[in-house]
Amino acid sequence: MTDYKAERAEAWREELRKSIPAKDRTNLERVEMPMQDAVERRSNNLEVNLGLTEEMAVKESHRCLDCANPTCVTGCPVNVNIPKFIKKIEAKDFLGAAAVIKETSTLPAVCGRVCPQEKQCESKCFYTQKLKKPAVAIGYLERFAADYERESGKMSIPECEKPNGIKVAAIGSGPASLAWAADMARKGYDVTVFEALHEIGGVLKYGIPEFRLPKKIVDVEIENLAKMGVKFLTNTIIGRTITLETLRERGFKAFFIAAGAGLPRFMNIPGENANGIFSSNEYLTRVNLMHAADPEYDTPVIKGKNVMVVGGGNTAMDSVRTAKRLGAERAMIVYRRSEDEMPARLEEVHHAKEEGVEFLTLNNPVEYLANDKGQVQQAKIQKMELGEPDASGRRSPIPVEGSEYLVDTDVVVVAVGVSPNPIITSAIEGLDVDPKRRTIIVNPENNQSNISDIFAGGDIVRGGATVILAMGDGRKAAEGADEYLKSLK
Amino acid sequence: MNKIVKKRFFSENVVQFVVEAPEIARTRKAGNFVIIRLDEKGERVPLTISEADTEKGTITIVVQRIGVSTYKLAALNEGDYIHDVVGPLGHPTHIFKAGTVLACGGGVGVAPLLPIVQAFKEAGNRVVSILAARNKDLIILEDEIRKYSDEVIIMTDDGSYGKKGVVTVGMEDVIAREKVDFCVAIGPAIMMKFCSLTTQKHEIPTVVSLNTIMVDGTGMCGACRVKVDGKTRFVCVDGPEFDAHKVDFNEMLMRMGAYKEQEKEAFEAYKNALA
Repeated sequence: MTDYKAERAEAWREELRKSIPAKDRTNLERVEMPMQDAVERRSNNLEVNLGLTEEMAVKESHRCLDCANPTCVTGCPVNVNIPKFIKKIEAKDFLGAAAVIKETSTLPAVCGRVCPQEKQCESKCFYTQKLKKPAVAIGYLERFAADYERESGKMSIPECEKPNGIKVAAIGSGPASLAWAADMARKGYDVTVFEALHEIGGVLKYGIPEFRLPKKIVDVEIENLAKMGVKFLTNTIIGRTITLETLRERGFKAFFIAAGAGLPRFMNIPGENANGIFSSNEYLTRVNLMHAADPEYDTPVIKGKNVMVVGGGNTAMDSVRTAKRLGAERAMIVYRRSEDEMPARLEEVHHAKEEGVEFLTLNNPVEYLANDKGQVQQAKIQKMELGEPDASGRRSPIPVEGSEYLVDTDVVVVAVGVSPNPIITSAIEGLDVDPKRRTIIVNPENNQSNISDIFAGGDIVRGGATVILAMGDGRKAAEGADEYLKSLK
Repeated sequence: MNKIVKKRFFSENVVQFVVEAPEIARTRKAGNFVIIRLDEKGERVPLTISEADTEKGTITIVVQRIGVSTYKLAALNEGDYIHDVVGPLGHPTHIFKAGTVLACGGGVGVAPLLPIVQAFKEAGNRVVSILAARNKDLIILEDEIRKYSDEVIIMTDDGSYGKKGVVTVGMEDVIAREKVDFCVAIGPAIMMKFCSLTTQKHEIPTVVSLNTIMVDGTGMCGACRVKVDGKTRFVCVDGPEFDAHKVDFNEMLMRMGAYKEQEKEAFEAYKNALA
């Protein structure tokens, strides 16, 4: 356990704190993230957020009060030592800041970009809680430190314990697995990551678009894991190409299943199988993983003129903003609740609006109409109103009878959620799976399943969550697996 | 990277490849398929495994040249590599003792039919196989099918080999003369649709192996979805084999045409680049 008090009492921290009066710190305005122009970025796939400059980062770090009780840390699923890394930035030790983050987070450059900080660390910041002011831009600062380190060419590779020769396997190569693999490698294990697709990275590659998370950033993180000795095997489906039993025979002693929530949900409404209607997984996979929008690549995608994306989560925002970049004249979000209930990050909603995305909230498709070639032409939309809060605590949408109207659309992306991928769970006999949600049931203490050498985490356990929660699972499961393996001796 | 160890032309447009894939060769069963990607920029193409050799660690696939990816694949030679091969995917065929099994293969559909014919024969069934194609050149794997069939009927549209007529003519003949307990039909969607209509008329349980458009092949994208018994199913993880009488073939045919325009354009561009 980190002794935050003792660390805070260190001379350099104290000195920094005294260098600027708290009142002056709280009077500073929160930094604004430099961004690509909203009109310009619609015609390219480059990252929207450009990152803070050194001056901006240091200035923002002045806002952090280095609280005696750093509540921000409690908002972070992997408990990044937030005050310490921010004070390192204030001391202009940017590499030191990155090293602090990497003590607990495997993918800081990724998390600095895609974490919902406003719901996590920043929601627990003293500024938000007590001062009712905008939080310290913890996410921006995390990204700054990670980017600075990567671009400096002095990226530190975490030290690993002496190899213990024990073989362990991660199944899936998304954020949960990468976090698990990193921790296990550090503990000296011989780690192999098995991936079904032809690229490592899972949702970071097929799901999150380039304009939100450049793929080269993910690749650098994967290369670092490789330098730590982690082996990666693509095109390998555990349960199909190789069974778990065979891996056991080949000497693997523990497994971490993080195969993701790879089964898209549809709404099962009439006409939903018309051409031009995609799951968000298919649409994003074609564009991100298969590079369908690049004429150099063979995979096609249908570029719509009037694109409708159904849903209100981050995946919906990623899809609709992708559609804009593929040249859609009209790109719409159709969401059955109101904007207040949208699960997407505020920043994504904001960016989408800036890019000209229309929001049809309290609207829900009930049918699709196609032409004689089976190509979708129109959606029949029903208006909704909000009723009493449902199980999720959000006010539930109620259809307004007789309110249906038609909207022209030639591409529809259904982004209403995903279910766990059935391949791996159905291939392991006796594995405890939630009968309804099809998620793997684990002990929340150590992410161990009912089969003692099998651990699991990420969306295959949670049914659909965030990168950071997946990573948190990976870290917890690594602790669990380490303990389990040590108990065998 | 998977090495091509053997290449054989069945006809101008139909090629058989034996590819190194030891893990897949070991775990595949009749009815499974693989997804291949030719190179860094290639698309993911599902192809059914027709044979496997566990000792040599190879699988056999048969491909008909129809578009850019299949032309590029057919242009590869022994010693060349396929960038990615992943599998085995899909549920294997449910093999059981039915009695008399009528196995119908249309065009390259005979390749995925082969291991199924073999498995049904080995399960103690009487197997009557019908191989159908437009002309003699397109009849493939006849000897291999004969090895595991009690009888083989050849049907060609132009009468250049075997009997003249479409596959259903041969089916009606068999059904008229003997009791058929089970039918398997694999081939172009339109052929499977008419096979299904034929056996439905005679109330013979039938399975078809669907060859819809796919991307990942692991249930992730839903590109392959098709209505079966009024419910949307994913061919890659719920199939590829389904009760033929419950498949919405019209919807499937429509969905398979989703990229017709792009495929045509890409193919024109490919041919022009070669010319």
